[in-house]
Amino acid sequence: MNSTLRWKLLTVFAVFVIFFAVGVYPILAARYRLPAPGWLTERQLKLGLDLKGGVHLVLRVQTDDALKIMTTTTSEQLRESLRTANVPVSAITVTSPTTFRVEGIAGDRDAEFRKIAGDLTSANYDNVAGAGGAYDFKMKPNIERDTREQAVVQAMQTIDRRVNELGVAEPNISRYGVAGDQILVQLPGESDVARAKSIISNTALLELKIVEAGPAPTKEALLQSFNGQVPPDMDVVTGATGSADAPTSFYLVHKVAGITGRDLRNAKPSLDENNRPAVSFSLTPAGSRKFGKLTGENIGRQLAIILDNRVKSAPRIDGRITDEGKIYGSFTNEEVDTLSLVLRSGALPASLTYLEERVIGPSLGADSIRAGVLSSLVGLSLIVAFMLFYYKVSGINAIVALIMNLVILLGLMAYIGATMTLPGIAGFVLTMGIGVDSNVLIFERIKEELAAGKGVRASINAGFGRVFWTLLDTHVASLISAMFLFMFGTGPIRGFAMTLTIGLLTNLFTSIFVSKTLFEFELTQRHAATATLSI
Amino acid sequence: MQIFHNPNYNFVKWRWHAIALSWIIVIAGLLMIWQKGLPLGIEFSGGTIVIVKFDARTDVQQVRHALDQSLPGGGENAVVQGYGDPGQNQVMIRVPHVGAETGTSLSETADAVTAALKKGNLSNPQVVGTEIVGPSVGQQLTRQGILATVLALGGILVYIAMRFQFSFALGAVVATIHDLLVTLAFLAFFRYDLSLNVIAAILTITGYSTNDTIVIFDRVRENMRSSRRDDIEGTINTAVNQTLSRTVITAGTALLSALALFFFGGEVLHGFAFTMVVGIITGTYSSVFIAAAIVIIWQGRRRRTAAGKTQPVSAAPAATAARKPKRRAS
Repeated sequence: MNSTLRWKLLTVFAVFVIFFAVGVYPILAARYRLPAPGWLTERQLKLGLDLKGGVHLVLRVQTDDALKIMTTTTSEQLRESLRTANVPVSAITVTSPTTFRVEGIAGDRDAEFRKIAGDLTSANYDNVAGAGGAYDFKMKPNIERDTREQAVVQAMQTIDRRVNELGVAEPNISRYGVAGDQILVQLPGESDVARAKSIISNTALLELKIVEAGPAPTKEALLQSFNGQVPPDMDVVTGATGSADAPTSFYLVHKVAGITGRDLRNAKPSLDENNRPAVSFSLTPAGSRKFGKLTGENIGRQLAIILDNRVKSAPRIDGRITDEGKIYGSFTNEEVDTLSLVLRSGALPASLTYLEERVIGPSLGADSIRAGVLSSLVGLSLIVAFMLFYYKVSGINAIVALIMNLVILLGLMAYIGATMTLPGIAGFVLTMGIGVDSNVLIFERIKEELAAGKGVRASINAGFGRVFWTLLDTHVASLISAMFLFMFGTGPIRGFAMTLTIGLLTNLFTSIFVSKTLFEFELTQRHAATATLSI
Repeated sequence: MQIFHNPNYNFVKWRWHAIALSWIIVIAGLLMIWQKGLPLGIEFSGGTIVIVKFDARTDVQQVRHALDQSLPGGGENAVVQGYGDPGQNQVMIRVPHVGAETGTSLSETADAVTAALKKGNLSNPQVVGTEIVGPSVGQQLTRQGILATVLALGGILVYIAMRFQFSFALGAVVATIHDLLVTLAFLAFFRYDLSLNVIAAILTITGYSTNDTIVIFDRVRENMRSSRRDDIEGTINTAVNQTLSRTVITAGTALLSALALFFFGGEVLHGFAFTMVVGIITGTYSSVFIAAAIVIIWQGRRRRTAAGKTQPVSAAPAATAARKPKRRAS
């Protein structure tokens, strides 16, 4: 045996040992309780949601919400600035999430209006002058795009924090689909889908606003002293729902919030003075200053605590408060837990809707694993039987290459942290059937060369040499389609594309390098000149 | 051992029959799809699937009865069927509608189904899995699936054109499109749901079915250098015969693994495995009959146009073959 061959055999052996240790041994160790060092099991092949069981959610971020908030805020700021500068307008209305309209600007104040509006809005809005002193403001396209993008990114971060608080191991939160506004949330091992959903999509929009009037039993009663009109800088917000002990009530509050959820530093469950569940919160330093100013200036008035556009309670401000407060008003213990969790993790920038929802129970996942393992074993046995029957001793060569292929595939997948899914198992089984094709092509060529009267060594060399380019071409063609599968795929299908791609790459190595080395080894064991090949 | 001893079948002679047969299958399949539609998996159609496990054997009829009684709107459009191993007493219920795509209400239908089963007199129904897909998901997937398939075909066309010549690339891609259409036809005949997994199988076939074609084309190119240049039909026919046993064996091993999946891979992979089985068979058939036929037809046409331009008949294929002598063929 020459030294090149010895090195090749050593390489084959080393590759086998390494990938077996990484890819296969941890699985066997877990199954049969064999001893395994921690650093090895750490990198164990990850199972996808369809095998492990869990919750799979696809959400859409209603990015229009974020645009609308921005447009409303800008139009209110403009109203405020115009009032300070004493420029009268007849109306400022938000006409769509990205547009608002200002009407009734007197001709002689036009220049002044343009200056104020320009200073305040020109960074984000374009405006067009209409007839009769009206202006239409429209959000700039790049600002709209950025705001939408930001809303999705922020929503993902918020969901990430909330899911972490839920204590789910290895959650997956990622962008989904091509539209750009969808988020995939995968929670392995979770089965309480209702709770997961309510925590993830709870907007938790907390606002503290000064109450101008109310509570009143009807909207009309509330607006009696305002001639039935809602003042332009005010909003009507409903209070508790109309149950027997807490009939529906209406509040007239300032449009601009004194404090919002963003000013919160922490929130935790506690009790109110009547020992009912409540959430106590503390504020950031900036929030404290704002809160101190707000409460100091409004002693004796009511402060509405508004959660998701509903007044939870409206306590009277007794004195200046700076850094702490309590949210109370008919909560259950569970609601208080959820509310403090979502307040801690921050508000969502926009509301979320669910597009897709899958729950895979652990028993279904286990069934799939069983089916996957069974079909792998059946597929492998069939192919092994066929190769031995058809190619005799050389069949062993192909089988060794095939098993190497599968071991390297599993090892690589574990090493790079790929996820095994049920379609991934299908890809694994197909890799057997398709991978062994390379050996078939080589063997058939060797047979042909032998039949043409070439010697064994020459036939083997010719077989491997000539088929190499064919194999390269077939593998590239398959890789091209696997690549686009990746692009198309989501979750489980990606697992399939991954298995297929890695399987194709390792197959090139095993069918050419491993198989050739085995043939060379075989040849050294006998007298090459007189040798025959069992093929 | 050898399946075929020096085979010498005249495949090329049968090309028009083969093309006719393929057209019949494809047209019948398209008619079927046009008439009855392709059954869509829940990912594409949207809807609600609830998989329920019972303590004791529960008849599909009993489940349907419970739905008829208590599900608002009845179980008229519901598909109820056994799921997985019969010993597990599992039933799958598929309803075409979902809750509204607003807020968290998507799961309302699933909740209604579960509630209806609980009300019925059934042996302890436990929900082991649900799958709820809103209507907006499907359209996006369809677009993406078609795009991915078209791009994959385009990529393969360019690659083969680079490595061989354009007529070969055309032959390979037409053969692959043929395989996709035949596979779709069989999906329609056997009423398999078009699911994400099935699309994955179809894309896999796109790559796999070119493999046999490449093997044959490689041999054609090798033979072109040694044989008479003007006899493209003879050259191709020889190549198909020379590679016949490997074409059959490679398809055979792939088929073995696909059949293992079909029979043992479980409920979820059934459609996938069926698609692979059909794709592997038609892929082999089209490599032998369709791909080569297209090359002959295309080159014949070119030769005739070339001859029309007063070029000597025998020089045209010689020029074609000599144009890309890029490497040694296998």
